[in-house]
Amino acid sequence: MAHQLYFEDVEVGTEIGPLEKNPTTQQLVKYAGASGDFYQIHYDKDFALANKLPGVILHGALKNGFLGQLMTDFAGPEGWLRKLSVQYRGMDQPGSKVLCRGKVIKKYHDKDQHLVDCEIWLENAKGEKTTPGSATVVLPARHTH
Amino acid sequence: MANKILDEESLKQVGRSGEPRTYDVERGAIRRFAEALGDSNPLFNDEHRARESRFGGMIAPPTFCRSMGSPIPDVRIGALGTSFRGLDGGSDWEYFHPIRPGDRITVQTRLADLRESEGRLGPMVFITMETTYTNQFGELCATQRSTGIRY
Repeated sequence: MAHQLYFEDVEVGTEIGPLEKNPTTQQLVKYAGASGDFYQIHYDKDFALANKLPGVILHGALKNGFLGQLMTDFAGPEGWLRKLSVQYRGMDQPGSKVLCRGKVIKKYHDKDQHLVDCEIWLENAKGEKTTPGSATVVLPARHTH
Repeated sequence: MANKILDEESLKQVGRSGEPRTYDVERGAIRRFAEALGDSNPLFNDEHRARESRFGGMIAPPTFCRSMGSPIPDVRIGALGTSFRGLDGGSDWEYFHPIRPGDRITVQTRLADLRESEGRLGPMVFITMETTYTNQFGELCATQRSTGIRY
């Protein structure tokens, strides 16, 4: 199992990631098959061009999935991703690197849970945040109160 | 301010649900979904190693719910009528219980909210759908809220 992060290990400002992804057209086809989203703008270049797109584009849901991975990696096997929000602001195309990153913005307790709120985003090779969002994770604590 | 698009009849539809759909969650489908994301987390791939975790076995990655669709409710929105394939602006997920191989998940989508506001291009309607994912024990595993915009 992966390294486990504890509530005491994080502070406001702690950076998350980056998780680097290099999506290819093959990955978009695999995602279409695994998710059941067969909208052609994600794998048929002629169709995408005819719809005035620059080429095939990543599924918003795939980017949502990458940001989900960023957060389940962060939470570790003993943590739990409680909330995940994403907003699709810009398109991303295969063949170009994207980075998932985030930072901790709040630490707090709710009942007996240790919670961490995070700002997260996916950025393109130019550093533009095409998919901003937020997440809340429950982390284990070394010392319970 | 009076609504230009949303009338009384449209607003009465808030809360209306689409037909539920039930899915049997297969281990292979979870693995393929994680592989499509390029996520090698053993919780989503490796039953043997996942047994050492607090979950006691494999679980599905959070956005696996995407693979279990359900029809949106039949809704008529004032002057826009019934054809409102809107912009998917994003999603808000909440997770309460893990989804595991062998689970039977019932998925249902309801119209959670309708709002109108004045934008630069005229009146805009924000359509919020909420999808619930409930397991065979009646436990709510996840909710997804998604807001589309029509104008």
